[in-house]
Amino acid sequence: MIHVLAFYLFAGLMLLAGLLTITARNPVHAVLWLIVAFFNAAGLMVLLGAEFVAMLLVIVYVGAVAVLFLFVVMMLDIDFATLRAGFIRNFPLGVLIALVLLGELVIGIGAERAGAIRLGLPDVAGQAPEGMSNIAAIGALLYSRYLFLFEAAGLILLVAMIGAIVLTHRQRGGVRGQNISKQVARRPEEATVNLRPEVGAGVKL
Amino acid sequence: MIGIEHYVVVSSILFVLGVLGIFLNRKNVIVILMAIELILLAVNINLVAFSAFLHDLTGQIFAMFVLTVAAGEAAIGLAILVIYFRGRGTIAVDDVNHMKG
Repeated sequence: MIHVLAFYLFAGLMLLAGLLTITARNPVHAVLWLIVAFFNAAGLMVLLGAEFVAMLLVIVYVGAVAVLFLFVVMMLDIDFATLRAGFIRNFPLGVLIALVLLGELVIGIGAERAGAIRLGLPDVAGQAPEGMSNIAAIGALLYSRYLFLFEAAGLILLVAMIGAIVLTHRQRGGVRGQNISKQVARRPEEATVNLRPEVGAGVKL
Repeated sequence: MIGIEHYVVVSSILFVLGVLGIFLNRKNVIVILMAIELILLAVNINLVAFSAFLHDLTGQIFAMFVLTVAAGEAAIGLAILVIYFRGRGTIAVDDVNHMKG
């Protein structure tokens, strides 16, 4: 019973937050609704017994991606009112396309089921051993069977990080920076000059 | 009892909400990126639900990979957004046709 209640609570709140994300007037509010949606999705995943993915969702999405969105929304000086100009004009077409998509999905699910959805056969290698927690089982599978895919995911993150840094990095003019190779290449003979000026004559540099 | 159908329906609705968000906010690229995140979240819910009902952890592993790609996509997308804003002073994306592609 509590399981059913929790499912409807999480699912309902998630869909409501998703709807408010795409219709919010203020993008900061949209990001906050997105965070609510992610929290409720994490709750759904806890209900499913996938604790690791749920925690990953909270940490990665709420902790990193949503904060990144918040930073960008709050640091750019954007007039959001003009960006909403086409909202009403696009509304009928968008709702029509969404309804068509939803109808297609419903028909697809309904045609597939005669009774319940038939699940396929599980992969033997992917089954969690008895008595192993979700995290331990995922780790055992991830670091053995999916090791190369895991490393490829790491490479994707590296490429994304380098790409983001290269794209947004800029050389600002008028800043005194340190040129280490120039410093190291300096020799005493070209850096200093010994002079013996006449008394009262001064030195011309 | 909550079956796989419930999760499939919820993730379908969330997916459609994401697509609708792309159509409604055609000018505001930040909300478009958020709608893409919603779509990927729907995919993740589907993967994890089938993984749980099938007792097969492969779906959860792939949900992690989807999460990775989503994070990278958000970082790159927002970086492109920032440099676009620096150059143009706006983020209205319905007139991004400089390359006439």
